[in-house]
This record gives sequence, structure tokens and C-alpha cells, in this order.
Amino acid sequence: MRPAIFGTRHAQALLGSLGRLKRNPLATVLTLLVIGLALALPAALGLFITNAQAATGGFSQAVDMSVYLKSAVPLAKAQQLAADARQRPDVAQVTVIAADQGLAEFRKYSGFGAALDALQSNPLPNVLHVVPRGDASSAAALESLRRYFAAWPEVDVVQLDTQWVLRFNAILAVLQRLVLIAAVLLGAGVLAVVGNTIRLEILNRRAEIEVTKLVGGSNAFVRRPFLYTGLLYGIGGAALAWVILEAAVLVLDQPVATLAQLYGSRYALQGPSGQVLAALFGGGMVLGWLGAWISAHRHLRSIEPRA
Amino acid sequence: MILFERVSKRYPNGREALTNVSFRIESGEMVFLTGRSGAGKSSVLKLVALLERPTRGTVTVNGKSTGALKSRHIPAFRRQVGVVFQDHKLLADRPVFDNVALPLVVAGAPLKEIDKRARAALDQVGLLGKERMLPAELSVGEQQRVGIARAVVSKPPLIIADEPTGNLDPDLSLEVMRLFRRFSDVGVTVLVATHDQHIVRELAKREIVLASGEIQDRSGDAGADTLPHLVPKR
Repeated sequence: MRPAIFGTRHAQALLGSLGRLKRNPLATVLTLLVIGLALALPAALGLFITNAQAATGGFSQAVDMSVYLKSAVPLAKAQQLAADARQRPDVAQVTVIAADQGLAEFRKYSGFGAALDALQSNPLPNVLHVVPRGDASSAAALESLRRYFAAWPEVDVVQLDTQWVLRFNAILAVLQRLVLIAAVLLGAGVLAVVGNTIRLEILNRRAEIEVTKLVGGSNAFVRRPFLYTGLLYGIGGAALAWVILEAAVLVLDQPVATLAQLYGSRYALQGPSGQVLAALFGGGMVLGWLGAWISAHRHLRSIEPRA
Repeated sequence: MILFERVSKRYPNGREALTNVSFRIESGEMVFLTGRSGAGKSSVLKLVALLERPTRGTVTVNGKSTGALKSRHIPAFRRQVGVVFQDHKLLADRPVFDNVALPLVVAGAPLKEIDKRARAALDQVGLLGKERMLPAELSVGEQQRVGIARAVVSKPPLIIADEPTGNLDPDLSLEVMRLFRRFSDVGVTVLVATHDQHIVRELAKREIVLASGEIQDRSGDAGADTLPHLVPKR
């Protein structure tokens, strides 16, 4: 077959499918709504995670620890220990916070200035502030680094300042898995919805399919309009899911901005990225086409012309 | 063109519709297939159109044995056979033009050619100008002629018709049959199943008579070993 004719036939099948969907607006809209909601739900969850990561992005990467030395350890020893620590490959940066400096900061920020004046001596120890390298910020790597410092006789306490960040990241990882599960389940739902819709349409058009096969229509020819219908359902559902996501972002934008402001942040809610939209439309098209194909494959075979 | 060699057809329900049927129809010939209802006329046509395959024996159409044809080759086979039904099997929700053009669309003809040939076919059956009407807006005779236009539009070398005049009055019947004869005159092989003896006599073409699934009228048959080539019954 010449490419021009091939293209024409596909265009005809596509237009035919569009026309049929338009002729049953209520049924079409209901099907699209189901598909749209099924696609929007995992996408919305994914969007929530992306936003949560972005909003906390400033400090979720800043995994660091404070190494409190025993109060008897002098500053010179602390400097020497810091120099040792800098030799380690998993350490990016070590800052010595001298006891006097620590006290000055505490006086400035804590509001206990007057109370501190009553103290005879500085109760604060010298502290090493350690920032591990980016590739050594996993929970296991941090733990081994913590043990390294804890083993020094001069060290009193090692505090992982950012343990809560790790926990937060772990929660996000769990949510990400949940999104995956939701996406798989709802994707299967989309397959079933499209498959069933196509099945009903095949049964409705049984006579037409018989006649088409009778005059020499191949299985591919008979199947084509149904595949396009499935594809259109997928695209329409994805478009609807997009609208739902944008609407949700619009509704949440104001309260999120207020919340961010209360935390002293200027964070603005992010809408679906190009990547999310591509996944949405790609997923919708694949699921719609596949659902239609499975259904057509199953049901078209059994329809053969009878005299 | 059509060759039946000791063909038997038994349906899944156990009914034997045809028993040891042999006949040959030459290219360009017009033949009537007659007999009471239930004699096996429809079964013969179904075997020719490859709606069914023979249980025993071989059916050869357009040089191809239908028993061995792979399913993916069936569409191409069917495009070589124009079929006309008693209930015409038109698509009720499509205009006349779309119905007639269907075999061309299915075969992947270019749009221009589809337009030209569908109009030519409608012209042949005298329905030019009714392309945009729906089948239900036409009379029964006109609907039957739309069915005929659809059967001939892709110029198949073989046309088969199952009681094409079953729902028509005698005048219309004769008109439809003359249409078939015109196709036969230009070299198309035509096989028409009918129980209308009046028409068979009027057109004076060869007749194959079936009774209870067997060929009954073997006048001119040369014998059991050679294939019967029935002479026209006048």
C-alpha cells in the first residue's frame, strides 16, 4: 500500500472514531472522567512529593553533625583533631566552633544573656561542625562517620543534627512507593475501563464488523478504529487529569503561600512539570491503546460473517 | 472458476447440509442454483464465499482451494468474490455511497478511484443521485440494488447471490436478474441461488438443482468419475 493511502486510511479511522465519540457525548464524558481521575490521582500524589522535596530542598541536602568535645579538651587540641578529620575522604568540611564563640552566639540568640552573666566560667565545650561529602550522606555512611568520631577519647557526644531530615526523606521514599502502587493499580483500572468500553462498542457494531469482514476487510482494518478510540480516550483522560491537577494547584496556591510565609519562606506551589505532563499523556495513550488492543484482539476474532 | 469435488459439509450440530457434491462453473458463466429451502443452496454459497470450509472434498474458487487457505489470506480471497444477500446486509447508519464504497475502502483504493468507481457502480444499478440517502430511505428493490452495487464495485471476477429476489415482486425480480445477466455478459462469473422457477426459465441459463444436499439434476452428466458439467436446462 502506498504511504499516502496508508495515511488516508489512518486519518479516516481517526476521524471516524472522533465522530463516534462525539455522537455519544454523555457516555464519552463519563468514560473520560473515570480515566482522568484515575490518571490524576497518582500524578497529584507525585506532585505533592515533588513539592515537599522542593520546599524542604534547602536543608534536606544539608546533612551534617556536631561533634562535642569534652570540656577539658583545649582549643589547640580541637584544631588538631579537626585537621585529622579533614584527611578523611568522606568529610567535606570541618569547622571548629570554639567554646567562647559558641557562648557568644548563645548569648546573642537565646535570650538568656543575663543568666549567662551569672556563670563563673564558660560551660560550653569546643565543638567540631562536620559536613560529610555528598556521596557519603546515606544513613549507613553517616553512621560509620559518627562512630569514627565517637571513638575518639576527647569526644563527649556526637549529634547528628539532621536525623530528622533523613527521616523526612525516608517518609518521602515511602510515599514515592505508594505513588508507584497507586499508579499501577489505577493504570490497571484504566485498562479495564477502556477495554470494557471498547468491548461494548464492538458488540454494538457487530453487524458492521461482519459486513466489513465479508467484503474482505482484514482484522487490522476492522481493529483500527477501535484502537484509535482507545488512544483518544487515553489522550482525553490525560488532558482531563491535567486540568484537574492545575485546578488543584490553583486552589492550594494561596494557603500554601501563607504556610510558607509563616515559616519565613517564599515558597510557591509548583504545577505539573513538562516531565509529569509527558508521563501523563504518554501513560494515557499507552493505556488507552493497550486496553483497546486487548479488547479488540479478544472480541473481534469471534465475529465472523454469517450468511 | 468454481470447482466442487465430492464436497460434503456437516455443521457442528450434526446436520449434513451437502453430501458428495461435485460441479464445475466456468469463467464468465451464469448459473442458477435451485432447490427447495434446506436443500443446501446456502451451504454451497457459504463454501464459495469462504464463510465455511468443506468437511470433506475440495472447493476451488478462482484457482484457490478454500480448505487450505490460511486465515490471514481470507480477506484477500473475499475481495475476489462479490456477495449479494437476500437481506442485502447494508449498514443502516451509513449513506448509500459509503455502503457501496466499503469494499474499495477495505482494499485500500485511493480516494479518487473510490469516488469514481462507487459512482460507476451506482450508475450501473440505476441509483446515481441517491448516494447521500440512507438505506432506510430507499425502497426494498433499491436497497437490493445497493447491495448489488456493493458486490460489483471492486470488479470481482465472481459474483454470488443468495435469493437476491426473495423480497421483490416479479417485475423487480426480473429486473435484478437482468442486471446479473449484464455482468455475466461482460465476463463476470455469476452464481445465483433462487427458488424462483419463473426467473430461471426466463433467463435460460444453466441450472444446478439440489435436493437434500445432493445434486439431483444430472442431465448431461458424463459419469461418476468425470466431473459433471451440467448443460443448460431450457
